Amino acid sequence: MDSLLSISNLSVKFATERGKVQALDGVSLSVNAGETLAIVGESGSGKSVTALSILGLLGDSGQVTDGAIEFDGEDLVNVSAQRLREIRGNRIAFIFQEPMSSLNPVLTIGTQVAEPIWLHHKKSWPEAFAQAGELLQRVAIPDAAQRLNDYPHQFSGGMRQRVMIAMALACQPKLIIADEPTTALDVTVQAQILSLMKNLTKELNSSLILITHDLGVVARYADQVAVMYGGRVVERASAADLYKSPQHPYTQGLMQSIPKLDGDPGSRLYTIDGQPPDLSKLPAGCSFHPRCPFAREQCTTAKPSLQDIAPTHQRACFGYER
Amino acid sequence: MSASNILEVRDLQVHFPITEGLLKRQVGSIAAVDGVSFHIKRGETFSLVGESGCGKSTTALSVLKMQPILAGQIVFDGQDITDHSAAQMRAVRRKMQMVYQDPFGSLNPRMKVGAIIGEPLRVHGMAGDKAQYHGRIKELMKTVGLLEDMAERYPHEFSGGQRQRICIARALALDPELIVCDEPVSALDVSIQAQVGNLLMDLQDRLGLTYLFIAHDLSVVRHISNRVAVMYLGRIVEEADRDTLFSSPKHPYTKALLAAVPEADPELEAQRSEQLIIGEIPSLRSPPTGCTFHTRCADAMPVCQRHAPERKINGETLLSCHLYS
Repeated sequence: MDSLLSISNLSVKFATERGKVQALDGVSLSVNAGETLAIVGESGSGKSVTALSILGLLGDSGQVTDGAIEFDGEDLVNVSAQRLREIRGNRIAFIFQEPMSSLNPVLTIGTQVAEPIWLHHKKSWPEAFAQAGELLQRVAIPDAAQRLNDYPHQFSGGMRQRVMIAMALACQPKLIIADEPTTALDVTVQAQILSLMKNLTKELNSSLILITHDLGVVARYADQVAVMYGGRVVERASAADLYKSPQHPYTQGLMQSIPKLDGDPGSRLYTIDGQPPDLSKLPAGCSFHPRCPFAREQCTTAKPSLQDIAPTHQRACFGYER
Repeated sequence: MSASNILEVRDLQVHFPITEGLLKRQVGSIAAVDGVSFHIKRGETFSLVGESGCGKSTTALSVLKMQPILAGQIVFDGQDITDHSAAQMRAVRRKMQMVYQDPFGSLNPRMKVGAIIGEPLRVHGMAGDKAQYHGRIKELMKTVGLLEDMAERYPHEFSGGQRQRICIARALALDPELIVCDEPVSALDVSIQAQVGNLLMDLQDRLGLTYLFIAHDLSVVRHISNRVAVMYLGRIVEEADRDTLFSSPKHPYTKALLAAVPEADPELEAQRSEQLIIGEIPSLRSPPTGCTFHTRCADAMPVCQRHAPERKINGETLLSCHLYS
């Protein structure tokens, strides 16, 4: 299968008060057409920076120092700002974590959903507005036509996230990037929103990049998974393979430390010692080695690269013996 | 009151005023907690579970008397504290402490960690002489797994998990009997949640603590609790011991809540029916009539719209649902 998006060896640095911080270090990923890729990691792992760099949203302090991002045959690292604006919201759409702060509070919902259609598809305003009404209906907002004239504060958290999805779908994008889209929502609403996103992307045959820290969400909705740690991808596999036989010690620890609904109640939870690393002072060698139960001398000096251990399963680890 | 109960809450009601206009004229009220009753036995962990707006945090604050209540009774350690004055509460609060959700917002950024942990001792005049005071701080830091020399550092130098340990050490300073934990792990990274969860369980074993645990994450609750009560729109809809609640949930809301939790296992996920609950939580300004869950309940009957169900014993479970009466 041809990949729609492929990121190879991407490195990103941020200029901060404490000097240059390497947020991404040689990240390689790919997303096939129609597939859902989940990027999993804890705070500071680089999962959000990866997403932002795809759309050139790193801001003034962030810079791609190495690597390539290819989307549908087009290089996104060295593309003009003008061309990026044509792609953003049109062929690649973004859904953010906080629907309240990513909607404009002084514009009506209808205006905000219609804007990308008017802008990118050059429709007349009445046409775009009518289409916005249809979109709200598709994301199951009751009384969609009336609610076009409402403002964001008149919507609940779940409804706002539905509006964000409607905006993202407006131009029928090839790729949707959703950064922790349900973390701010209640669990019953979270399930509704994720199923809606999954079904609509399937209908459009779009690809989805789902950024999350929740391995449960990944298991339910992802086809492929990339696990990130300290600015690097440490394991890549299909969701089924990853859960059946996680190969990187970090992934294994993460899986074991989640309390399960069918686990042994009241028992101690498995823990990974220590804390996620501070990107401004990453340990030498494999950045997971201070927390790794299998770390050897080699791990403290050299960085393992992502290697095939099966045709569809890669990990960045020098290997270990149990 | 049974001697084995450290806390009893009877028919608790908490209302918030709705105000309008420049003069904040009261135009109505919201029943955030609407007739909640439960008890906690000494040494157990009792969990209040529910989604945002269900009243679980308001209930917790009322127990600590940090929230004025409209009606009901709170009995702590055999003592009716419902009408205690602020001065009377000071003595009681030594025995009841709180750990908050956000370890970033609940630590004073200008105070050193040692001073933060020792503050309850100073406030309650239990600091003793200098050596005793510093000795106690060191002891507390050791108890929660912090290094002694960290006492001279400021909160911003610590990660989320370590900050939550500081909060726990501060809560332990006065040798409390009851600790109210309001979502103590939900702001932490996955690999750190397990560390803090284990610490809370260890401390309970060692110090004989009782926990009132507030959470929305059912898998954590299942791990840590002895008994669980599920709340919806200000009422407890189902209460049972942990194993009963998780193995045979009865209330449609409890069932839906359990079905909504995604499991970290694709095979298990494929077997589970994705029984989604419809709609969102209604506004507390105009709660539905009868059983407040009927607007989202797949099994709702005509009676559910008219009458609120009474709380009845059903086997091992305390249940408020017309389906079972």
